[in-house]
Amino acid sequence: MSMTLSQYSGGFRKTAVSFWHGLSITMSHLFRRPSTVQYPDRTPQPVRDMLPPRYRGFLEVDTAICTGCQACERACPIACMQITLEKDPTNPKQRLVTQFDIDEAKCMYCGLCVEPCPTGSIQHTREFEASMRNIRNLVFRWADPLKPFPVYKVEKGAEYFPRAPLGSLVRAKLDNLRWDEEAVEYLPPAPPAPVAAPAPVAAAAAAPPPAAPTTPETK
Amino acid sequence: MLSSPQRKPFSPRAVLVITLAVGVLLFGALFTGILVLTAAIKPVMIAAFLRQVVGVDPATWPHTTLVTWVSMAITALILLTFGAVISGATVWWEMRVSARMQSRIGYNRAGAGGFLQWIADAVKLLFKEDLIPAEADQLLFRVAPYFVMTGFALTFVALPFGEGLVAADLNVGIFYMVAVTALVVVGILLAGWSSNSKWALFGGMRAAAQVVSYEIPAGIAIMVPVLMAGTLSMQGIIRAQGAWPWQWFVFTNPAATVAFLIFFISQLAEGNRTPFDLPEADSELVAGYLSEYSGFRFALFFLVEFGNLWVMAAVLTTLFLGGWQIPWVSAADWTAARGALGDLPGAGWWGLQLLSMLVMVLKTLVVLNVIVWIRWTLPRIRIDQMMNLCWKYLVPFAFAAFVFTLLWQVLLARVPLLATFTGFIMTGLFVAMAALFGRQVKANIAASGDHVDLTNW
Repeated sequence: MSMTLSQYSGGFRKTAVSFWHGLSITMSHLFRRPSTVQYPDRTPQPVRDMLPPRYRGFLEVDTAICTGCQACERACPIACMQITLEKDPTNPKQRLVTQFDIDEAKCMYCGLCVEPCPTGSIQHTREFEASMRNIRNLVFRWADPLKPFPVYKVEKGAEYFPRAPLGSLVRAKLDNLRWDEEAVEYLPPAPPAPVAAPAPVAAAAAAPPPAAPTTPETK
Repeated sequence: MLSSPQRKPFSPRAVLVITLAVGVLLFGALFTGILVLTAAIKPVMIAAFLRQVVGVDPATWPHTTLVTWVSMAITALILLTFGAVISGATVWWEMRVSARMQSRIGYNRAGAGGFLQWIADAVKLLFKEDLIPAEADQLLFRVAPYFVMTGFALTFVALPFGEGLVAADLNVGIFYMVAVTALVVVGILLAGWSSNSKWALFGGMRAAAQVVSYEIPAGIAIMVPVLMAGTLSMQGIIRAQGAWPWQWFVFTNPAATVAFLIFFISQLAEGNRTPFDLPEADSELVAGYLSEYSGFRFALFFLVEFGNLWVMAAVLTTLFLGGWQIPWVSAADWTAARGALGDLPGAGWWGLQLLSMLVMVLKTLVVLNVIVWIRWTLPRIRIDQMMNLCWKYLVPFAFAAFVFTLLWQVLLARVPLLATFTGFIMTGLFVAMAALFGRQVKANIAASGDHVDLTNW
């Protein structure tokens, strides 16, 4: 491919002009303030306060107004919630929530659990900063098994439910959680018991059922 | 499981103090070592030292050779360490500058301004596994980084730091520099071939094509200052120039300006710097010839790549920008400060050496910054454009500059004032261009409705 003289010399002009402009643009950025924000520790205010109000962060349950209806658990498409209810031994009419665990590591922040909640007890907050050394620490337990909370009785025609300020409960939880906190360690499931091949039926019936070996759940 | 209480972070002031201490001590020690040792390992100095401080006769004392060799070994070690440290610090600085140019902030976590980041990176790399691909040529793969490292380390033999501050002022200095830097491409080609990976091989072949091509314009461009100085010695070339810009080779001869540009471009290409980073084009070749490397060997390649910036800048400064020449200090002043040749020099001489080192380092850093600036401004060029530029533009113009310089030197012999005259005109032109450029930069800032703000550097 041949080259005319004007093409050849045109290269110089183009090079000079593009260098001139390119270098002056990059140089000009040296004297300006960068447009990026230094995220974790030099933001003008906490990032959660800059997020839109309907941001879907960690789920928060206000146990004071939880009716124990388990609608959220049923709504959860990935079963990241575990709710257990028991009767109060002292007062058979009162039911207690003994377990209300939400695995925030598993949660996909779809918001489907928030929709059916009759009192607005379960809500998404704007909290999102909780990197943990151990992922099990992201299971937030809203009910203490030793001190189960009674379910909330909705009064007829109630339109207002006294909810704690959104985000305050989950923030209190996060504040008490060190990033390198030791987590509950679960043992791996026990290996299946060897099938007792030609065991006499009478002996099996007499013995306690071997199907449920006592696996310690926690260490 | 670790269950230590959360480590309390250092206060900002403590971080600043630690960073400053590391920086000042590291560079202070290295530059002091270079200042003292490169000046002291000359035979005359060792003899004077033995006679005046130790109090023995160097000619008959049995340990004279030992002292010489030990001091040379220490000097070599210090120069190598300097190469490694300056390459690390260059990485840090380049990352900071590039971040600004892209309107980001860049390294700022490890130490004040992120200055300790390069130490952290290097330590991390040293602890990485040294992987060798199963199908690789084991021996060549292991050996390749050492070729690269040797080619880099050898340049420090003839690299001047000041008037008397050069490990060995070879009388073929610049020729030696060109020769040993060619060793780097051998290592790169070996790395590319022995990795047995298509990316690495492409990278290696491109590096070979590029470096070998650009040796030609670079070599001819070097001839211009050599012709003007009449010597190949690095120190000789600097001594032939003056301290003021209008006495530098780049401004005293129009052909030398062209040669400067050609040599600058060729140096970028030989150092595999953007816009000539085809051998390791990240977007197409993963990492080119060093795709398969990890750990310490990778660190060596990287060290050389960034350490080369200093070498490039120092050679450019030496050949075209007046090197270590201090204003108002003439060759006669140097001789006067040195005193009798058989004695140890006095404090005045050492002060002058320190000044000359400062000048050299300052100029080198300015050139180094220009190289960084260009890297973050220009995109990578295509391989055909790279070859085009070399063979159609740089080689013919280098030859033209060479021939022009021959005639120019003949003319100068008749009209010696011509050099000064040209020097003033070219310096004036340069200053005018710099002023225009400053205006353009200001206009660019104003055009986007921004203003000069250096608060967050």
